[in-house]
Amino acid sequence: MSDVNARIGKPWRKPPLVQRRWLRVLLLVGFIAYLIAAFLTIEVNWSRVYAGLERGQKFVLAFANPDFTSRSSDIWEGMLESIIMTVAASVVGIGISIPIALGAARNVAPLPVYLICRAIIAISRALQEIIVAILLVAIFGFGPLAGFLTLSFATIGFLSKLLAEDIESMDRVQAEAIKASGARWTQWINYGVQPQVMPRLIGLSMYRLDINFRESAILGLVGAGGIGATLNTAFDRYEYDTAAAILLIIIVIVMALEYLSGVIRARVQ
Amino acid sequence: MLRLDKLVKTYKTGDQALKAVELEVPEGQVLALIGPSGAGKSTLIRCINRLVEPTSGKVYLGDVELTGLSSGALRRERRRMGMIFQEYALVERLTVMENVLSGRLGYVGFWRSFLRRFPQSDVDEAFRLLDRVGLAHMADKRADELSGGQRQRVGICRALIQNPALLLVDEPTASLDPKTSRQIMRLICELCQERGLAAIINIHDVALAQMFVQRVIGLRFGAIEFDGPPDGLTPEVLTTIYGEEDWEATIEAVEDEEASA
Repeated sequence: MSDVNARIGKPWRKPPLVQRRWLRVLLLVGFIAYLIAAFLTIEVNWSRVYAGLERGQKFVLAFANPDFTSRSSDIWEGMLESIIMTVAASVVGIGISIPIALGAARNVAPLPVYLICRAIIAISRALQEIIVAILLVAIFGFGPLAGFLTLSFATIGFLSKLLAEDIESMDRVQAEAIKASGARWTQWINYGVQPQVMPRLIGLSMYRLDINFRESAILGLVGAGGIGATLNTAFDRYEYDTAAAILLIIIVIVMALEYLSGVIRARVQ
Repeated sequence: MLRLDKLVKTYKTGDQALKAVELEVPEGQVLALIGPSGAGKSTLIRCINRLVEPTSGKVYLGDVELTGLSSGALRRERRRMGMIFQEYALVERLTVMENVLSGRLGYVGFWRSFLRRFPQSDVDEAFRLLDRVGLAHMADKRADELSGGQRQRVGICRALIQNPALLLVDEPTASLDPKTSRQIMRLICELCQERGLAAIINIHDVALAQMFVQRVIGLRFGAIEFDGPPDGLTPEVLTTIYGEEDWEATIEAVEDEEASA
């Protein structure tokens, strides 16, 4: 109380994040030095860029003149395959994700189950889609089956992790009230937990559907079927106008999905 | 009817929330549990239905020793103990009716509850209870559309539809305005009387407790400091429970209340 007089009339500043002054200066100088050094290591072959500009220009110009017609049956088939792959993988992936998410939430599952489910999630997240797709194409051969399995696998890591985190941050008391009535574990999940995480589950599922569609275009490049395969063929034949048409369709579908998921998420709040 | 025998709860952090609490509640008695924050009131209530596992000691409900039960048997015994929560603890995204019917979960199978096909007798009872607390017209509203007082009424219905022998009530009036607080306390006490229920009510508001209950327990640092009728709460007693403070105003308020009533 007494030293308050000593503080009156003196300015106040927020205490700095790093308390020691020398460490603060060192960190800043070190960061700037690193940035400069990093930029100096970038090597640009300007003559190669000049040559490439023309190709790039052709590519961009193709967007002004996309060719939807001459390969229309290929595009249509690829698109249909992608959509089937996306929807099937999303449904299967989400279906598997929900029990794993329950197992990976510490406030719902016992420790051994928790560790197993977290391990599954970690594996799914550590393996990048392309790597999984290459492996699965090697096992199952070219085609949408490999793509479907890859996307299902990737969905598990994404959805289980985020859903588990939502379950862990739910309101404990609401769930406790259900437990206090003498409910079974399954009833407790259905009445105490599910209503609390439902909006997040629906939102994440829509988002994952969107991601899976975009990924399906990439997976085709490594032979896992879908519109990506058609796109790859178009690039190989230097048919930039057809490639542009495919990319435009993908953009439109992704935007439509984005809009749709926005509407649905607003509804379920 | 309910008996606590040397009930001890020590949290992992080393805090001793309950120190060998001995308590006996006869059939049909409504009892208020008062004491400062952190005295162990909530812990005591939660140790009875084992939402919190007691460290040692025994809890008897009738002849059944709750502390030794397997999880399945505990589940069945929990049906006999209705719980009413601070801040209501309704599942906010479920309807009022679903919240009330969730009190029957201990009695119906999973698929029935999953499909919301409760027995007709449960549905009828839910409507009767909602009507008793004046909320029958709200049955299909979502719980988060209700006001605080309305939510607590739904919480009361949820506890009563269990057809319990004992009510565990944890700060029922926290975050309610003074008038609603009294209405809720009155409702709980009336319903207990109508149904011959015993109840343990945790409550901060000493004056409110004195107004409605037959017996008051004062808890301090996890030990019972006072056990007696509400008018036994003298300034000296309140000082041993809560610490030094001017208590005259608190007690006077109650006397005025009784005079005007």
